[in-house]
Amino acid sequence: MSNDSVGKRVVQWFDHRLPLVTFVNHSLVEYPAPRNLSYWWTFGSLAGIVLVLQIVTGIVLAMHYTPHVDMAFVSVERIMRDVNYGWLIRYMHANGGSAFFAVVYIHIYRGLYYGSYKDPREVLWWMGLIILILMMMNAFTGYVLPWGQMSFWAATVITNLFSAIPLVGDSIVTWLWGGYAVGNPALNRFYSLHYLLPFLLVAVVFLHLWALHTFGSNNPLGIDAKGPQDQIPFHPYYTVKDLFGLGVLMIVLLAFVFFAPNFLGHPDNYIPANPLVTPAHIVPEWYFLPFYAILRSVPDKLLGVVLMFGSLAVPFLLPWLDTSKVRSATFRPIYKQVFWFLVVDGIVLGWCGSQPPEGIALILARISTAYYFLHFLVLMPLIGMIEKPRPLPTSIAEPVLKGGDAAATAPTRGRS
Amino acid sequence: MARVGHGILGLVAVAAVGFGLATTAQAAADAAQPPAQKWSFDGIFGSFDRAATQRGLQVFLEVCGNCHGLDLVAYRNLAEIGYDEDQVKAIAAQFSVEDGPDEEGEMFTREARPSDAFVSPYRNAKEAAMINGGALPPDLSLMYKARMGGADYMYALLIGYEEDTGDHGVPEGLFYNPYFPGGATAMPPPLYGDDVEYADGTEATIEQESKDVTVFLAWAAEPNLDARKRLGTKVLLFLIVLTALLYATKRKVWRDLH
Ligand code: HEC
Ligand code: HEM
Repeated sequence: MSNDSVGKRVVQWFDHRLPLVTFVNHSLVEYPAPRNLSYWWTFGSLAGIVLVLQIVTGIVLAMHYTPHVDMAFVSVERIMRDVNYGWLIRYMHANGGSAFFAVVYIHIYRGLYYGSYKDPREVLWWMGLIILILMMMNAFTGYVLPWGQMSFWAATVITNLFSAIPLVGDSIVTWLWGGYAVGNPALNRFYSLHYLLPFLLVAVVFLHLWALHTFGSNNPLGIDAKGPQDQIPFHPYYTVKDLFGLGVLMIVLLAFVFFAPNFLGHPDNYIPANPLVTPAHIVPEWYFLPFYAILRSVPDKLLGVVLMFGSLAVPFLLPWLDTSKVRSATFRPIYKQVFWFLVVDGIVLGWCGSQPPEGIALILARISTAYYFLHFLVLMPLIGMIEKPRPLPTSIAEPVLKGGDAAATAPTRGRS
Repeated sequence: MARVGHGILGLVAVAAVGFGLATTAQAAADAAQPPAQKWSFDGIFGSFDRAATQRGLQVFLEVCGNCHGLDLVAYRNLAEIGYDEDQVKAIAAQFSVEDGPDEEGEMFTREARPSDAFVSPYRNAKEAAMINGGALPPDLSLMYKARMGGADYMYALLIGYEEDTGDHGVPEGLFYNPYFPGGATAMPPPLYGDDVEYADGTEATIEQESKDVTVFLAWAAEPNLDARKRLGTKVLLFLIVLTALLYATKRKVWRDLH
């Protein structure tokens, strides 16, 4: 008996009792994927990898970080100065947060464009939205930890939102703070949550993948795979493709980390938190700006809060708000245009969120907030009813093999 | 190829949006825009100019240090800008710190050691504010990163004092400086030129002193900048080659499909 087969038999023995190898084989090696996935499908894997990166760098940071109002700021600076490569870990974690959102936003817009939320992937879509909400909670609690001016004031502004709830609002805020202002108890619980939420994220990511693997990936044509000729094994085709995508992502992320590590941050967060001095403009990190714009677009605090949470809630209904039977925007001439309007709308909202809520920024914020809801609540049902989709190809393999590169490589430009 | 283009374009677009938002978010202040200067530590290959950093330390010790702390920097860190052990000891020994309690329970004063942080000119924040007419001189350890404009801002602030001709409404006891938010600062003009006699013989104009102390403070805020950029160029070069190879591999693996 050769060594090799002993090893093999051990693996088989183990796999028979706990089919871990079979599981990995099913979901990452043999897993049949549509043969025409474009690079927009890479962002899902990338998001997963960035999550792991955040957890690894975060755990190292946590070994040196002190969650106390008198020591948090200095402990982060000690990480930057005295811990070996502490600056690298900390800058990776801070910029990794931005990368996470960039990747996930692209991933979500990909889903919107190709109708990936439609039957039978509604629950998959929900899990994705829950991931987004958990990420937001996590990035918010993380941003509080270095206890700079923006940390403190962001925590104050955001927790104060709950005071808009009628009757019990103020009590809720006091309960959240563990006191009568953002202070040490608040910092401690934010730290606790910031350590907990990533592991909840991992769990929801697992459900997300479970739902995904139940029906398999959608694809740029938005039609179902009809047989083996439409599919290829995940490995080596998509493993190598995703690895290349990872290389590109790392180049972009590390370019920030090494050459502009504070570019996306706010200078005020290098000033220690001071409850007596309010910064001239309290602005959140870039990935929150669109939601911040929605929050401040109306003069009424409660309505602002409702709209902001509503903007996250409405996409949960999208699978039913979208009345079109066709998934991919490639074959939906009207929706395709409207999709790009929504992209622009998001960017405009982001800009508005970065400005003080007055003048032109406020007017634009109102228009684009209204448009955001109009898109989901009115346009999506309506367009599905009046639009005449272009004819769908009969199978994935057909345009890939016969139509040459056009369909598979540039689905957004339409097929001629 | 078109698909690669899309992916990369997407990333760049997102990064660009982030950029744009970040800058607009911060470019709001009622102060003059500090003119952009050339700094040796700008850019991908930039690094701190050793001589300028050392001259800047001299300006800091002789001028700014009388009012400002530098809590996050220890004297031993000066080894990183080219001082040997004895020089560091000698610099530290000019200052005294309170230590203790000793065996009899008494606090005592001793010479600062290399392991001590830069000694603050005040016993506490209250004393600092009292001495400066109510305005607390901020710790300068992170000033370079804590202000929009960074080094350009600090330099502009230091050389930017102007006579208040009366139309700026600067209150009694404050000084007019168009680069300071609001225009009226409690910091008296700290530099006039010839405030120090440079050990290396460089002429101590106000511009020279301001530039040098700004370089020193940039180093104080970001002491790992040199190491970061050196490592960064290597890592990125490696990643670019690796990613190109991955792309070639991807092409090869996928060839049989088309
Ligand atoms: C006489 C005491 C004194 C000296 C000497 C002094 N400063 Fe200041 N500095 C102050 C005070 C007081 C403030 C606070 C100003 C305010 O808030 O209006 C200040 C504020 C500053 C600020 C922050 C400005 C801002 O944007 O808030 C910088 C930067 C600064 N000083 C740099 C320096 C440098 C560099 C030197 C040495 C060349 C120096 N200071 C010397 C008293 C001093
Ligand atoms: C979902 C993934 C995560 C995201 C998006 C995230 C995001 C963030 C952000 C935005 C900051 C503030 C960075 C700064 O400006 O300094 C931060 C800080 C921090 N995070 Fe996380 N984080 C994640 C996971 C984790 C995990 C798993 C841990 C620990 C187990 C952790 C530990 C810390 C610590 C200790 C800090 C404070 C140090 C610092 O501010 O640099 N993080 N995080």
